[in-house]
Amino acid sequence: MLTTLAPDTGRSGKPRPVPVRRGNHFRKQTATNYLLIAPALLLSIVIVVIPGILTLLFAFTNWSGIGFNFDFVGIQNFQDIFADPVFATSLTNNIKWLVLFLVIPVIVGLLTAALLLRRKKMRTFYQVIFLMPYVLAPVVNALVWQTIIYNPNGGVFGLFGLQPPTSSQSTSLYAAAAVDMWHYWGFLTVVYLGAMRQTPVDQVEAASLDGAGGWGVFRHVYLPSIRPTLLLMGVMTVIFSFLAFDYVYLLTQGGPAHSSEVMGTYAYAFAFSSFEFGKAAAVGLIMSFFGLLASVLYTWISRRDLTR
Amino acid sequence: MRTYFRATISHLVLAGFAVIALIPLVLVLINSFKNNSEIYGNPFTLPTSLSFDNFVTAWTYGKFAQGFINSILLTGTTVVVVLVCAGLAGYVLAVQKVKSWPIIMIYLTMAMTVPIQLFIFPLYSVIAGAGLTDNVFVVGVILAAINMPFATFLMRTFFLNVPVEIEEAAVMDGLNTIQLVTRVLFPMVRPGLITVGVIVGLNAWNEFLISSTFLQDSSTKTLTLGFLTMNGTFSTDIGTMMAGALILIVPILAVFIALQRYVVDGMASGAVKG
Repeated sequence: MLTTLAPDTGRSGKPRPVPVRRGNHFRKQTATNYLLIAPALLLSIVIVVIPGILTLLFAFTNWSGIGFNFDFVGIQNFQDIFADPVFATSLTNNIKWLVLFLVIPVIVGLLTAALLLRRKKMRTFYQVIFLMPYVLAPVVNALVWQTIIYNPNGGVFGLFGLQPPTSSQSTSLYAAAAVDMWHYWGFLTVVYLGAMRQTPVDQVEAASLDGAGGWGVFRHVYLPSIRPTLLLMGVMTVIFSFLAFDYVYLLTQGGPAHSSEVMGTYAYAFAFSSFEFGKAAAVGLIMSFFGLLASVLYTWISRRDLTR
Repeated sequence: MRTYFRATISHLVLAGFAVIALIPLVLVLINSFKNNSEIYGNPFTLPTSLSFDNFVTAWTYGKFAQGFINSILLTGTTVVVVLVCAGLAGYVLAVQKVKSWPIIMIYLTMAMTVPIQLFIFPLYSVIAGAGLTDNVFVVGVILAAINMPFATFLMRTFFLNVPVEIEEAAVMDGLNTIQLVTRVLFPMVRPGLITVGVIVGLNAWNEFLISSTFLQDSSTKTLTLGFLTMNGTFSTDIGTMMAGALILIVPILAVFIALQRYVVDGMASGAVKG
């Protein structure tokens, strides 16, 4: 793996000089550098990786989460989960969530970014407004929507005589997804706009001289130019869609009657409502599997950037 | 004429989306000053008088004074730990002075996408077993570890833009690696440190899953968790809920608007988790 990587200094300007004095001094310098990188790696390994490996282990036990008394139960947890209709609902809801997020925020983000490209003066103003929901806490966003918009008594829905969408089985998932998307799309606008602005100006001018209109320039110049960003954000969306938790938990708790349950809330209920940490670990493992697929894809797509 | 027409349309579309982003926030603002009978009439009407009663109730019952202190301690812990560790790691990865740097980069990419649900259950058990739940500093360090990979990547790109010559000159002057990084390079990547600090700070301030799991005691609850506990008691008292929301929204938007350049740059330069 290592040997296949082309040596590259990765910095502009002069190539990095080869250290002349080897031996003691060089070894000491390497040690210092490992010392500098150690705190970041150690924190990540102790807090994320080791408990992650434990989850892998506990998924095959009947661990209750209290103390470390448990028996290995083989694939019993997975058999129970796959036989549970709520798990099927959760997985389906995660996939619906993924489709919604791959379509609506992407279209809105691309449209607004493309329009902002030409509005040089107002660009910052709009970006700041679009990002406002994004920088606020999910707790705040969810409670604001629940209290003043979805509320049948005194909220906007009540004003129009509508039932709250969070308490109907057919709309609960979409009610939670709507708030999450409202908070998220502005972020995509900013990322897409940042990528579009990297497009070489001469390409845009050449296309305009060839008689391409606004749509033509967008379709044939900007869209291909931001393809890596679109792909990357798409992969990120896949990962986060399988991990959706905050807005569902805050707005519907997965209800009514599990209609808006996603794998995140399903796992959380196992751990902290029924103290079946073994099953929670198993669901966590299944969620991570989807994330891992996307993560491998992501690492693969960005491998050139990483080793540059 | 045609370009004028187009510009108008594009302004209208952008303004439309701005309205979508802002309407819920405007509703919070106007209803936080209204009493409940006014709100039940119509949430869109402006308040008839400026009453601050709702704010006093929200501040008291949401335990916002304690919440602010806890949120500041938690966020401060996360930001300091991330800036120190990710700053140093970002430097090492930028200058590639350790042979295993490609492996470390791949490790960090994988770590960035590890879901919280993969490690939260055993982590909670260990932390609870050690009696370290209900401690904002512990949660601050956990959130630092989660933000570390992304912060390291972002710091690395900032270090990549420092000219090699500056580093060489410093080494000529006889500075060792640690002096070079802390005295010469950290001041040069200050915009990077601010960008990472603001984004990581917002993440920590707003975080829900880890904080709500590890901070159960009312004396250790962060600002957002304190606001959440109001939901049960005040769910029919819309004015108080909106006042509470406004108290949480205003400081964050003020910080965001003051530092928007760094936030927007940071987001535009790399994918940020959220």
